[in-house]
Amino acid sequence: MNLRNSKFDDQKMETIMGRLLQIGVLLASAVVLAGGAFYVYAHLGTTVDYRTFAGEPSGFRTPKGLWHLLMQGNSAAIIQAGVILLIATPVARVVFAVIGFAIERDRLYVAVSLTVLAVLMASLIYSS
Amino acid sequence: MLLFTLLVFAGSIGAGLLGALTGLGGGVVLVPLLTVVFHVDIRYAIGASLISVIATSSGAAAAYVREGFSSVRIGMFLEIATTIGAVFGAFLATRMPTRALAIIFGVVLLYSAWLSWRQSRCHDVEAGGSSPWSDRLRLSGSYPDGAGGQHSYKVDRITAGFATMFGAGTLSGLLGIGSGAVKVLAMDHVMRIPFKVSTTTSNFMIGVTAAASAGIYLHRGYVDPGLAFPVMLGVLAGSLLGARLLVRARVSVLRSIFTVVILALGVEMILNGALGRM
Repeated sequence: MNLRNSKFDDQKMETIMGRLLQIGVLLASAVVLAGGAFYVYAHLGTTVDYRTFAGEPSGFRTPKGLWHLLMQGNSAAIIQAGVILLIATPVARVVFAVIGFAIERDRLYVAVSLTVLAVLMASLIYSS
Repeated sequence: MLLFTLLVFAGSIGAGLLGALTGLGGGVVLVPLLTVVFHVDIRYAIGASLISVIATSSGAAAAYVREGFSSVRIGMFLEIATTIGAVFGAFLATRMPTRALAIIFGVVLLYSAWLSWRQSRCHDVEAGGSSPWSDRLRLSGSYPDGAGGQHSYKVDRITAGFATMFGAGTLSGLLGIGSGAVKVLAMDHVMRIPFKVSTTTSNFMIGVTAAASAGIYLHRGYVDPGLAFPVMLGVLAGSLLGARLLVRARVSVLRSIFTVVILALGVEMILNGALGRM
């Protein structure tokens, strides 16, 4: 390990990526837990039925609608924000890979990572 | 409401625990649990499961990196195939009748049971084939051999591996599972990548693959906050606990029991789908 200390290589990149993912999950879990606690408290005594699929209300499906509900202190919106944070975590990892390979001057893998990022972005944009 | 949340939370811990102990991942147990036991619509179950898959994969990443086996290059290269597959899978999922989804899921369960049963019996052969593209695409690498040195390896049959990865991504997007078993199969058996490198790299890929279809699920309204919250936290807690236990516990007995459970769930899901009870 101490053979390569300051040099930036694949191993170092993966270590930073691992941390990045861990922090993202911790943050997202904290937000979801907070939102979930409020959510359960607000819905005490009600019954739930997931037998029939209705789809979530439109407010939860678009960033704009979600932001609006979030500002009103809607507990379900807090959970959804945590979920979005969670989805953003692996995306952030790919963004970091682009930067990492650029530092290593590995053009081929900058292109590979950018392709993955493009697919991710296309799916997120297509869906919003 | 409180009771339902607590029960789902407990069930998710169990799913995460079993998923980690057997190496199949939480989603494979979670979706049948939610649909067969809790009578949740399969679309909500898939949505919640996919979110938990991202959490587990990312949560375990730091531990895997420390071991130094994973290859960021192989992972990133194959993620091109898995993410496109995942988008395709999510696209299919929104257009397919839920009965068909249940039947496909059941078949995947039966196949997983078979894989898990076989895994406990024989071990894979060490092979060292290599494709000329291995070096050209800079996929060759090395990992610590445990004695202070480095064990180098090359990659074989890249096209076939790439195609299998597309399939793994499609399954992941279609059923809301990590499909880690298929990913390991593609890397280990098809591309002849050493097992330890395959399993750790697969874990990284699962999160990125799931993120590709999660956006589509979210937009289609498959992710219910009330369900996603206990499921995500439960599976995450269960799988982290399972990873700890895995170091100590003897899993062969557990795996045999689990295989039977998976078989039963698979048959149940196929029956439900065929009889239109989904």
